[in-house]
Amino acid sequence: MATDVRRAARPASAGVEPEVAEQFEDLEQQHETYELGMWLFLATEVLFFGGLFAGYSAYRIVFHAGFLEGSRHTDVTLGTINTAVLLTSSLTMALAVHSARAGKRKLLAGLLTVTLLLGAAFMVIKGVEYYGEYREGLVPWLGFRFPGPLAGGVDLFFVFYFFMTGLHAIHLTIGIVIVGVIAALARKGRFLREDSTTVEMVGLYWHFIDIVWVFLYPLLYLLSRNGGAP
Amino acid sequence: MNRTRESALVPFAVYIALIVLLLITWGAAYVNLGPWNNVVALAVAVTKGLLILLFFMELRVSRKATWLAAAAGFVWLGILLVLSGSDYITRGVLHIAGK
Repeated sequence: MATDVRRAARPASAGVEPEVAEQFEDLEQQHETYELGMWLFLATEVLFFGGLFAGYSAYRIVFHAGFLEGSRHTDVTLGTINTAVLLTSSLTMALAVHSARAGKRKLLAGLLTVTLLLGAAFMVIKGVEYYGEYREGLVPWLGFRFPGPLAGGVDLFFVFYFFMTGLHAIHLTIGIVIVGVIAALARKGRFLREDSTTVEMVGLYWHFIDIVWVFLYPLLYLLSRNGGAP
Repeated sequence: MNRTRESALVPFAVYIALIVLLLITWGAAYVNLGPWNNVVALAVAVTKGLLILLFFMELRVSRKATWLAAAAGFVWLGILLVLSGSDYITRGVLHIAGK
């Protein structure tokens, strides 16, 4: 049991020393394996969202005018603010990883809490948007009403709008819960220095959600805002 | 795990670049560039995505195996988009019955 010897050889700084699972040679290998596993998961997530992006692209080609008209009815101001909110949360998450490696307990807990609050703020703003769209009758199957010949295309645009932003919101909600849990654990002194892997993996997931939104934002909010021909 | 030495200023620089790019893409949407509106919007989104991948997600200093896993997702996404796109985009060109 080489692992046990190595573990015993470390200075006993109770509580902060990361566990090396039996199947790994050392901490370095364990960390690399976690990282690879996380990226493989994210690759499947790329394809999960990719199906919706491909569907969106195909229908946007077929129902071109309807998609442009539909996009004009999204709330671009709130969408832009939300993009900035999410980018800011990615900054605080990146800084959280830095502070975990540097062994700064209070800073780590604080940054994770700010990240969590920014994620929650995004969800509140998104909720306000959804409510506005419901009031305007833009939600498919929930009192959708749109005058004129483009109604069919606009309906389809909003089907994609709600499925894409909805799937994104589900991912963000999961992220908020996980960040909440690790923020509470970080307050108790976990994840510092060599033990930062968990924060790094949660960070990868959080940044991935940010990237998805970076693509959703122009595709859903910015079509044909200039009034000219597309 | 030899990444502790990187300056904490790097995320701030990346963040400022991301916000500037957000303002560019937002502003550009209100200018009539014809078909270039789409190009600008997607180019900015790809640039923002790369900045997040390389710096926030630290692919810049990741091992080759991690690069491979990350690239796999995007390569398959590329196949999905290119092959389905080649159908929908060329339907009008080839005059295939049934649209």
